[in-house]
Amino acid sequence: MKVAALAKESAFAAFVALILAIPLVGFDTVEANGGIGIESRMSWVGIAVLAVFLGRIAIGLLPRRAPSLVLPGTGFLSRHIRVLGICGIVVAVALPFLPGSSRYLVDLATTVLIYIMLGWGLNVVVGLAGLLNLGYVAFYAVGAYAFALSAQYFHLGFWQALPISGALAACVGILLGFPILRLRGDYLAIVTLGFGEITRIILLNWGTVTGGPNGINDIPRPTFFGLPLAANAPGGGQTFAQFFGIPYNAGQRIIFLYFVILVLALGTNYVTVRLRRLPIGRAWEALREDEIACRALGINPTNVKLSAFAIGALLAGFAGAFFATRQGFISPESFSFQESATVLAIVVLGGTGSQLGVVIAAIVLVTLPEFGRELVQFRMLLFGAAMIAIMVWRPRGIMALRTPSVRLSSS
Amino acid sequence: MNAAPLLDVDALTMRFGGLLAVDTLSFTAFKHDITAIIGPNGAGKTTVFNCLTGFYRPSAGRLGLHRDDRIMALERMDGWRIARDGGVARTFQNIRLFPGMTVLENLMVAQHKTLMRASGWTLGGLFGIGPYRGAEKAGIEKARLWLERIGLLTSADLDAGTLPYGAQRRLEIARAMCTDPLLLCLDEPAAGLNPRESAELNQLLLAIRERDKIGILLIEHDMKVVMGISDRIVVLDYGRKIAEGTPAEIRANPAVIKAYLGEPEA
Repeated sequence: MKVAALAKESAFAAFVALILAIPLVGFDTVEANGGIGIESRMSWVGIAVLAVFLGRIAIGLLPRRAPSLVLPGTGFLSRHIRVLGICGIVVAVALPFLPGSSRYLVDLATTVLIYIMLGWGLNVVVGLAGLLNLGYVAFYAVGAYAFALSAQYFHLGFWQALPISGALAACVGILLGFPILRLRGDYLAIVTLGFGEITRIILLNWGTVTGGPNGINDIPRPTFFGLPLAANAPGGGQTFAQFFGIPYNAGQRIIFLYFVILVLALGTNYVTVRLRRLPIGRAWEALREDEIACRALGINPTNVKLSAFAIGALLAGFAGAFFATRQGFISPESFSFQESATVLAIVVLGGTGSQLGVVIAAIVLVTLPEFGRELVQFRMLLFGAAMIAIMVWRPRGIMALRTPSVRLSSS
Repeated sequence: MNAAPLLDVDALTMRFGGLLAVDTLSFTAFKHDITAIIGPNGAGKTTVFNCLTGFYRPSAGRLGLHRDDRIMALERMDGWRIARDGGVARTFQNIRLFPGMTVLENLMVAQHKTLMRASGWTLGGLFGIGPYRGAEKAGIEKARLWLERIGLLTSADLDAGTLPYGAQRRLEIARAMCTDPLLLCLDEPAAGLNPRESAELNQLLLAIRERDKIGILLIEHDMKVVMGISDRIVVLDYGRKIAEGTPAEIRANPAVIKAYLGEPEA
């Protein structure tokens, strides 16, 4: 690039940075004799503008390469996907027992696994069927509340309530599916976004049943085949530790929860991978590619869409029930749009339709804010920058290559 | 010529606001025949197809499909039902494949009805019980046969969207055939093909008529294709039928010549 053009480009970028930086970092609130005052700190603005200016020059000086439209997979990653998957499972199973593992790490891994499960579930709807859903958290909330309420009113345990949570979420998925069958793309996104918010607001305002903003407390923990993981069992029964004759420690419950979600997530993976290779999975993908052609081949688009919504919702319902039992307490606050956006970001960044991509993206998106804790208020800035970087580096997601559901050569 | 009727189009009318796209059109297509619908641009040919395959609901008229000794009223059926239960398959003027899926997958999607049943509406297939494995093998075998017939066997695992234009046209026909249709409706299958490719298309369509014993309804502008393979031709102009007959009759029909070439100056 010519020097003059580069200078002009960089000056423009710096100007945009100036406009953005003044409201973002230009002022600071300070305590001034009992009240709050505003202090300007234009030096910060100067630093930001200078950094953008120099950064733009640096990018301009980098050797240019033509953007590749079709990414050749991820080379190594996609060639060894089976080996990688098995390694991943082995590491996941061994994680709580590895040296250097801590309660905090297992807890974090549990969170990552919840998002992986949600990502795989949403992948069916967005990645395979191509139905953009911005209200996925609604099904997650339905699952969580279904368990919490059935525990509160009917004294059901986690394992008894799990199928109920999933089934209820799936029913809600089908119910939502009906009015939006004719919508596609942006319109579908807006309606599902609204649905997510409606669900949250109902939970917030239907105080007599859901407890409103106070949420639901004392949600029972899962048991190991009827053995509670606690210091002492209610009603004089045996606990897990007593049954196996090992000393009780609080970390056992954390590790148990981790394995519960690991099993749920692996089950999700098995089911979604299997479904993709069945006629229904191919119909989902065909629907994403061309709905009119689907109809001309005798495929009922209504059934195909509703089944995608139902399966996605079912999996979110399971994840929601697990979330409730893990937290022991739920309130509408946990089911804000932010959650839907995070799960969608995991699916899109991972590469829509890719199972491994979802895992990588979930690990990055969930752990990155954790690592950034020392950066305090710049944490979200780092997070945003990472997302932009992934999209520039791999516009179609981390794992962009699609593996065919069936091959002629292998049969 | 086989006299058994396959499709009775009776006074079909399609109105879009003030525009009369198809005006009381009646004709009959026979089993094991290739029936061509021709006419100048805007004559309403594709509209007839869209009515026939359920994409439009006709304003008036009846579409009777003879299937297993009974007559199905296509004008009252949903598009996907016409394809699934009626056995009417179609291709599109501007090709509609599933471009991001492989050639083989395109042909597998077309066998949805059979495979879905074999997979026990997904439940059996999910847990590996029932006849799904065998059915999938048979489905792949059927797809392989069609790939051989259209000369795309070596491209089976490529994305359909990456195929050359002529190959995409052939694949779309093979995909329609994989639904086991009674009646195959082809909307300008020769459009954009070079002379060699359109000669191959003629062979393919004649082979389908001979081997698969189904009726073909064809919209086409390429007169080489139309005159070379059609058993009967229906000529439309401004939504009305202006002629019907064998290729030889149509070639000599003054009304057809007038519609295509205009009236000689007085």
